[in-house]
Amino acid sequence: MATDTNESSTLALGEINKYDFRTNTPTIFKARRGLDATIVAQISEMKREPGWMRDFRLKSLDIFNSKPMPIWGGNIGIDFQDIFYYLKPAEQQGKSWDDVPEEIKKTFDRLGIPEAERKFLAGVKAQFESEVVYGSLQEDLAKKGVIFTDTDTAVREHPDLLREYFGKIIPPSDNKFAALNSAVWSGGSFIYVPKGVSIEFPLQAYFRINAESMGQFERTLIIVDEGAQVHYVEGCTAPMYSTESLHSAVVEIVVKKHGRCRYTTIQNWANNIYNLVTKRALAYEGAMMEWIDGNLGSHLTMKYPAVYMMEPGARGEILSIAFASAGQHQDAGAKLVHAAPNTFGRIVSKSISKNGGRSSYRGLVRVEPGAKKSRSSVVCDALILDDASRSDTYPYIEIEEQDVSIGHEASVSKIGEEQLFYLMSRGLSEAEASTMIVGGFIEPLVKELPMEYAVEMNRLIELQMEGSVG
Amino acid sequence: MSERLEIKNLHVAVEGREILKGVNLTIGRGEIHALMGPNGSGKSTLGYAIMGHPTYEVTAGSIELIDAEGTAHDVLNMEPDARARAGVFLAFQRPMAIPGVRLADFLRHSVTNVRNPDRKEGQELMPMREFRGELKDKMQELSMDSDFARRYVNDGFSGGEMKRAEILQLAMLRPRFAILDETDSGLDADAVRLASESIARIGGAEMGILIITHHEQLLEHNIPLQTHVMLGGRIVESGGPELAAELHKQGYERIRKAYPEAAAAEEEMEAERRLEPAAN
Repeated sequence: MATDTNESSTLALGEINKYDFRTNTPTIFKARRGLDATIVAQISEMKREPGWMRDFRLKSLDIFNSKPMPIWGGNIGIDFQDIFYYLKPAEQQGKSWDDVPEEIKKTFDRLGIPEAERKFLAGVKAQFESEVVYGSLQEDLAKKGVIFTDTDTAVREHPDLLREYFGKIIPPSDNKFAALNSAVWSGGSFIYVPKGVSIEFPLQAYFRINAESMGQFERTLIIVDEGAQVHYVEGCTAPMYSTESLHSAVVEIVVKKHGRCRYTTIQNWANNIYNLVTKRALAYEGAMMEWIDGNLGSHLTMKYPAVYMMEPGARGEILSIAFASAGQHQDAGAKLVHAAPNTFGRIVSKSISKNGGRSSYRGLVRVEPGAKKSRSSVVCDALILDDASRSDTYPYIEIEEQDVSIGHEASVSKIGEEQLFYLMSRGLSEAEASTMIVGGFIEPLVKELPMEYAVEMNRLIELQMEGSVG
Repeated sequence: MSERLEIKNLHVAVEGREILKGVNLTIGRGEIHALMGPNGSGKSTLGYAIMGHPTYEVTAGSIELIDAEGTAHDVLNMEPDARARAGVFLAFQRPMAIPGVRLADFLRHSVTNVRNPDRKEGQELMPMREFRGELKDKMQELSMDSDFARRYVNDGFSGGEMKRAEILQLAMLRPRFAILDETDSGLDADAVRLASESIARIGGAEMGILIITHHEQLLEHNIPLQTHVMLGGRIVESGGPELAAELHKQGYERIRKAYPEAAAAEEEMEAERRLEPAAN
């Protein structure tokens, strides 16, 4: 990638030198497009990884090559040889603020994103100065024995803990894109919460030391030990701008006995992005796992957060919102696997389609033999804003046990003329009225979000709704 | 010249079927008019047409707002929200539920727009403190629980709660002209009395009100200047408060006999409606 040497990127480079130990290592890696064993081996070498990780990557590459493209979901038109799989932070620096499209800048303005975060989010600045802003939070976490770092660092500094779970919850053979991520992953969060420790505030990637730019192939691993609690918030509601078109993350989570984990994602991708993500959590005895997943933007998103309830009393909840506009296909959903008796699952999915956008709910509820007295409920509601838009529901239910209770409700509705007229008759413009109806539709999920995210989510919906009428 | 809402020779059709067949009605600001008539005679249609419901097509006639300077403003050219901003209000007989939208949030938007007719989308709303204070006062006057404003608009409301929410909006928006479409239906005697008192207090000399009703109780505290009887899509007779009392006690037989042409139109409309059971 070409490097602009204008003032803003030079400044940003200076800041990287201050925080990035990697700039001290001799550069032998030369970025090039394409995917083969040499590239994968080079990525591993660049990161000074142990042999087991290098072998894991190479084996994953073989699996990726041997797997066909999925024939369901959306149309995936990706040339795998035309992608940079790893760029050093300095090389990502190539863009300048001037290169960021006006539309993205305007959205930053409207969302009121602070200046420092804007450059980071737009990929102009590879690092967020977390130490300056969140230093005291980091100290507090360290005192409690919490590990919160990027996954690359964890490979070096916490190899035993990481290796016990890494690639075990989502093995490379799980699906083609999990295999791809396993071969070329970079960045992402590694979190360990020790027994009985509760973290009262939501953890965000910003808090991390060494927060690398939002990677294309992030790899996150969260281990919640017995009786511990954590809420992790991934990404943010600001539009994530990237010149690369493929993003494929893997998120693995283990919640041990009576632990609780909530993982919140609100993603708002640029319209050229394929966002193909595998997320899975294992919940043990009496543990609670919640996924809250908001998907806006992108060209195609395929994402189905899963909870495997492994032991009695485990609970899994998945709440998802998808918003598909022109040229966008949101194929999103959820997966609940009841692998033990007395497990409880809940899926609530809300999708909105407008201006020819397409949203699909794709979900699986599976009850394994012996998972007696398990209960699951699935509610998926779709709202279609105009005749050009589309919504589909693909609910799969596999039950291999008699003594269970599984409920499924689905609804598809259009914004009612009567509702619009009612609101307009009280002085709201058609756009305000539509936005209000859409906001009300997703309200049950938005109120689960941390306050500042709920506010941003509502503002985002307003932005998405602008220009949708008349 | 005083401010007024002028409806002349109004013809309205729904899906090609004519429902109003030439309505003439003038309501001055500060006046109360009652509109009575059998079910299906076109009373609600008049309300919807004045407010601009897209299903109700005006095929002939005019609706104009005449301002204090005597200038006429063509209401038919306005979108429903512009009509609201111009000071027109319709209390719905069956208001729509808007799940997930809190009454207070909706009302803050609504009040802001109606009081600042030139407000553009995205511009500042009425300050929260000021709005909350005013809302609280109005709810107290209407004996409404303050939690009510945090509920979702008409979602799971009882019939009585819906009507009170409509009266609350009337109180907050303070329109120049209000059409109250059976604001008394589904209420018990005490609730009707309370509604009647509330409307009288809100209205005063500042509001022109058209009260659509089958009963005279709502008029107890809102003595109409004129009572109009609608039959077969026309106003066939107008009179004083004694007319409302007569219709309430004796029904519409005398009216049907006195206006055979309108009665025939009513029968015809009734027959058409039976052929299309889905039509409202």
